[in-house]
Amino acid sequence: MTRQATIGKVDQIPRGEGRKFRLGGVEIAVYHTQSGEVFASQSDCPHAGGPLADGLIGAANVICPLHERFFDLRTGACLGGDCAGLRIYPVALTAEGGIMLEIDEEGPTAAG
Amino acid sequence: MAKKRLVVVGNGMAGVRAVEEVLIRGGAKHFDFAVFGDEPYGNYNRIMLSNVLSGEQDASEIFINPLDWYRENDIVLHAGAPVVKIDRAAKIVISETGVREAYDKLLIATGSRPLVPPIEGIYARDGRLKRGVFGFRNIDDCNAIIARAKESSRAIVIGGGLLGLEAARGLLTHLDDVHVVHSGKHLMTMQLDATGGVMLEASMKKLGARVHLEKSTVRILGEDCVTGVAFKDGSTLDCDLLVLATGVRPNAEIGLRAGLSVERAIVVDDQMRSVDDADVYSVGECAQHRGRVYGIVAPLWEQGKVFADHLTQSNLDVAYHGSKIATKLKVTGIELASMGSPEPQDGDELIQFAEPKKGVYKKLILRDSRLVGGILLGDISKAAYLMQAFERDAPLPDERLTMLFDFGAPSHKITLDEMPADAQVCNCNGVTKAAIVACVAAGNRTTKAAMDATRAGKGCGSCKTLVAEIVLHYCGGAVEEDPSVHYYVPGVPLTKPQLIAAVREQELKSVSSIFDALAGGVEDAASKPALASLLSTVWNGDYEDERGARFINDRVHGNIQKDGTFSVVPEIPGGVCTPEELKRIADVALKFGVPLVKLTGGQRIDLVGVPKELLPAVWGELGMPAGFAWAKSYRTCKSCIGSDYCRFGLGDSMGLARQIERRFRGVESPAKLKLGTAGCPRNCSEALIKDVGFVAIGDDKWEIYIGGAGGSRVRKGDILCTVDSEEKAIAIAGRFLQYYRENAKWRERTYDFVERVGVEHIYAVVVEDSEGQGAALDAAMQAAVEAACDPWKEAAAPKTVNQFVSTVQAEA
Repeated sequence: MTRQATIGKVDQIPRGEGRKFRLGGVEIAVYHTQSGEVFASQSDCPHAGGPLADGLIGAANVICPLHERFFDLRTGACLGGDCAGLRIYPVALTAEGGIMLEIDEEGPTAAG
Repeated sequence: MAKKRLVVVGNGMAGVRAVEEVLIRGGAKHFDFAVFGDEPYGNYNRIMLSNVLSGEQDASEIFINPLDWYRENDIVLHAGAPVVKIDRAAKIVISETGVREAYDKLLIATGSRPLVPPIEGIYARDGRLKRGVFGFRNIDDCNAIIARAKESSRAIVIGGGLLGLEAARGLLTHLDDVHVVHSGKHLMTMQLDATGGVMLEASMKKLGARVHLEKSTVRILGEDCVTGVAFKDGSTLDCDLLVLATGVRPNAEIGLRAGLSVERAIVVDDQMRSVDDADVYSVGECAQHRGRVYGIVAPLWEQGKVFADHLTQSNLDVAYHGSKIATKLKVTGIELASMGSPEPQDGDELIQFAEPKKGVYKKLILRDSRLVGGILLGDISKAAYLMQAFERDAPLPDERLTMLFDFGAPSHKITLDEMPADAQVCNCNGVTKAAIVACVAAGNRTTKAAMDATRAGKGCGSCKTLVAEIVLHYCGGAVEEDPSVHYYVPGVPLTKPQLIAAVREQELKSVSSIFDALAGGVEDAASKPALASLLSTVWNGDYEDERGARFINDRVHGNIQKDGTFSVVPEIPGGVCTPEELKRIADVALKFGVPLVKLTGGQRIDLVGVPKELLPAVWGELGMPAGFAWAKSYRTCKSCIGSDYCRFGLGDSMGLARQIERRFRGVESPAKLKLGTAGCPRNCSEALIKDVGFVAIGDDKWEIYIGGAGGSRVRKGDILCTVDSEEKAIAIAGRFLQYYRENAKWRERTYDFVERVGVEHIYAVVVEDSEGQGAALDAAMQAAVEAACDPWKEAAAPKTVNQFVSTVQAEA
């Protein structure tokens, strides 16, 4: 079961950067790309817990600031193949710029 | 045409490698894939389990194909779903969990399991292995053994073969008292002769293992839990942990139940097909080819290729002819390689060398000048060459001695060049020399990059040295280079001078405009900070500063730590601060509960562990300018006491350091810049190993050194020139730094830059002004100095929304 949750507005994140959001007990990294797209993933890098919202963002990918693990934000895949993938939350933007995430009812589980 | 479905039973090294081979041949166009695996994981490198047991690697490091790999390749993975039935008439596979997959082609790659010898008392009453008794075959075994070892005082390994010795070595990292019990007359009976066995035994004892030979175990003692073992000779040995390493047994029952011919394993033809069903293939340890079943990894690669060639019809004439068996023992501290049979037959030529004191033993068995068997113990420097010759059945040189030793050390250059392109370097992952060379040529110019790209050396690791040598050799020599190694950043195909010219000419003033104009609009995250730095160098303050293009350190002006907090280093020019400043720093540390206060190597004070949201307040209370300890920029100038107090001082090194800091602070550069001034040649401030070092030699004279290093590499700086005033010293340094800023690659420290460009050339440009660009360099540096500002002022006026917010609370 999934539900939709609005966690904030896209203008709370500068273009080309990410921010960490807390929703209930869950921390989620939300990314606002230079071209205006929005992605969301688990907040901590699966490799060593780095803050992914502080990473460098490309067209649809993020580089962890601690050890440069590199992830595809569409699939969550680790592009270097050297650690586990990310849990990705599907994102929709409302007409008012609200960020709506699809969250599991029971909360997030770790990516496999 | 509709795609066919390939179903693979077995998610181990053989099955998944076979699928990879199919994918390489474009098989995804013609096939859908589904893979069943017993274990609830992706595919991992079983060979490395001994490293996991010994703690040399973490279990997470041995995965070959993480779950994402299956998703990316549209492969349906049923992990944790053992297959219970293959219905060949209906062409359906059914798992224990009830999953059904229809197939057009089926690959059985179920591998093998530990052979549990029929010893009395090995099972508990519930039919499972007695508590404390383990096989050593998978990640769960490994974890269970490690957990048990923690509460055990003595471990016994039954079996003195390859696996048993690796298990014993692994156990020795957890326990002091480890015994190997072997029924044969010497260790590694299959691969060694008696002489080699005795020497290996000595080596194992040196590592701390106890070895018992010719001991046949007849009973496992203990009620529910193992307490020891009893031997045929009546003796017993107590233990609380027992590892079975007595061989493996093919998982061929699934074939038998499906009505396929099974002898020791599933019988296959030269195309790896079951002899009974042309739609069913089998590879790996569950397959029997020409009467042989293989228990090591190398044959799997060959079998996988034959299977894939045949399945995809890339080569219908392909045939597998069997593999020759060569192995290396993966026990840290012991070097052992073996090939073929350890004992000669009548008429064979035998070449031997033994030096028991050093534990070196070499034995080669030749038939018609071809290697049919061999042992290399204690010195495996010739192993790569000999294993190659053995596997290819290649004729050997008449000079037999050269096969055992490198006399007069023929250089590796010759050996590596002479090595055939298709020679296999990494046997674990089946990587050839040609693959590594191609990978180096494609721009992977470090051993790690080459290893990541090819997986060479990521199996047992024993070929890492050879991989490194090949990479080094083909990087360094007159090898064809990929032009991208000269690009400033990987994402934009231009060298730095070309890029600077294009940026100026097209007036590109933001990182995104560079991607749009020069890289086809493709945003490359990894290239962003380098481009942002370049814009700052070209335009100084006058460009569009997209903060997302900066590394996090440069967005919040601190150095990120492993826990996501930041370090705060205020500017302390020349390492001199007032008692008031010192007190203020202490007050701030107390007020904000800074967890660590550390003196840095650059003579400053580091407040470590400050959360992002506290940065503005900390800076505000410090009331000192930023020290740029996080940035690719001028950082600091270390100095000694100098002439004011030091009785040896020849120049005012402290004063010069402060002038230098006040001039260059905040000036960005391709890599960090650490400078130093020394008041005399005693070099107390280590000025000789700084990016730029100034050494007073008296009469107001200063020697200027460039390209020194005291980091991962240590290099004494090259003397650039001697000047006769502080002003001239600062001017020369500024001109050099500007030349470096305009010409160095991203992250290229001055010590690499100076070596690449040559100190003579730098002298010509900077000191002699031979190219007439001195005035332009000076003016550009002056502009950079004027544009530099203290980023900690952003505390009062953040540049971006939520700039210093660690966590945004979601709206209710």
